[in-house]
Amino acid sequence: MIKNILNLGDAALYCDFGSDVNQEINSNVIKYFYHIKKLNLKGITNLTPSYNKLIISYDLNIHSFLSLKKKIENIEIKENNKLEKNLIEIPVCCDNNFALDIKRVENKLKLKSEIILEKFFSKNYFCYMTGFVAGMPFLGDLNQEMRLKRLETPRVKVPKGSVGITEQFCNIYTFETPGGWNILGNTPQNIFDTSNQSNPNLVNPGDTIKFYRITLDQYNEIKR
Amino acid sequence: MKSKDRNYFKILRAGINTTYQDLGRNNLYHIGIPFSGAMDKRNFQLLNSLLQNDYNSPVIEFAYQGPHLKYFGKDIFFCISGNVSFKIITKEGVIDGNSYQCYLLKNGDEVDIRSTNKSVYGYFSINGTFGVDYYWGSCSINTQAQIGPNNGNKFSKDLEIEIIDINNSFNKRKLDYLGGTIENIRVIKGTNYDYFSESSQNKFFKESFKITKLSDRMGMRLEGPKIENIVDPNIKSEGLVKGVIQITSAGDPIIMLSDHGTIGGYPKIATVISADYDRLVQLAPGSNIKFKDVSLEDAETLYKLYQMETNNLISQIK
Repeated sequence: MIKNILNLGDAALYCDFGSDVNQEINSNVIKYFYHIKKLNLKGITNLTPSYNKLIISYDLNIHSFLSLKKKIENIEIKENNKLEKNLIEIPVCCDNNFALDIKRVENKLKLKSEIILEKFFSKNYFCYMTGFVAGMPFLGDLNQEMRLKRLETPRVKVPKGSVGITEQFCNIYTFETPGGWNILGNTPQNIFDTSNQSNPNLVNPGDTIKFYRITLDQYNEIKR
Repeated sequence: MKSKDRNYFKILRAGINTTYQDLGRNNLYHIGIPFSGAMDKRNFQLLNSLLQNDYNSPVIEFAYQGPHLKYFGKDIFFCISGNVSFKIITKEGVIDGNSYQCYLLKNGDEVDIRSTNKSVYGYFSINGTFGVDYYWGSCSINTQAQIGPNNGNKFSKDLEIEIIDINNSFNKRKLDYLGGTIENIRVIKGTNYDYFSESSQNKFFKESFKITKLSDRMGMRLEGPKIENIVDPNIKSEGLVKGVIQITSAGDPIIMLSDHGTIGGYPKIATVISADYDRLVQLAPGSNIKFKDVSLEDAETLYKLYQMETNNLISQIK
């Protein structure tokens, strides 16, 4: 399933699973990720799964590129290994104060805001990967008619909890960070919990997400 | 603890980006948490060796200007690593201190860490242990994700730094070390090297780049000749590692440092080799940087040499 293994610098393997972004390729990446993680190989310092790549960082005192590459190439993973999937429901409030880019999305997609939100909430989304900042899930896929580009000029600060869309993906800003996704609402739910060190992420790669809409009163109730 | 039993520093001035750091945290990239840890690992290691502390003991890292600390408690030794100017203020008077040398502090004494010289990071610690909380096995403060002691924030004025243990069998030691200078930063070509025009590839290695002020623990932004992308200014987002040099849509290089975002969508032109990372992070804004291409095999050998150099320095501590 790994097409090719290159080096990324002198202390990481760059495992290439293909160039397309789809759930089939991504599921293979995630299977490898969980499998290698479980092996708990000495000297592996990080595993970073993404849409169609898996990066394996290692301690140069323990491995060299060629020796570790051979180890990874010899790993056998059964194609029909089932991926563990959780269904996670996440509340989102689309009050005007939170839906920062709804007007822009209306203009770009040529759809009324109520239709946009109805379409957004009518689907379940697959988690491809988490990262960039702690716990941020990259989810997909949006229907064709819901796809648009990022903001021309990214925001310097996107509020924590913001739910945004771009191209075929949606995400949740787990921290206040700079960002350029089109913001449709905000979740009061904590997606990344620093105090829960064994399982800080609410959403993990392979999980399915169902967003459901709440009112501002419900939002404030949950926040409290 | 009764206040008369406490040993602690009070921060009179916080300095710039002053945080606790150790060797950082592993195996969390997949949830978006980078390694963090001391930016300059060699100076981190030398400091703990000088102070006869455990190799992964917490130290205080600062950038450009360090903290001004006032000490309360029983006699203690401190040491500073990096190229740092600092003053020790006691009842007897004020003296200029030297890096890589241990000094005694008595109740009421102060250490004023004025600046790092022609470098960025410096390190401060004591012959003992700071009272820190651990998050995923590390006390490193990651201010971006607010992870670590002090609620994941950098130090501020009036904060009190607790010392929970003092090593009484300590004997004072020092090291004669001037720090390493570097002419070129050596890199390995990146996975998207062929995204860039031939003339830009040549410029990348022949011309020099200037380090801008937009540099911190997350990344270092450079300016110089624009690097022309002939394929696509973006790639499908994928994992990053320390030292990766991405080229932004505007054609400028940006180098990923210890607190970097774990995923990125800009093409990677090259990656700084592990042996040169400590010296890279010490290059201050305004300085020029030139890249030199090396093979993977050479990079692996250079890393072994770098480790030998560090061990050699540690053996010279007397």
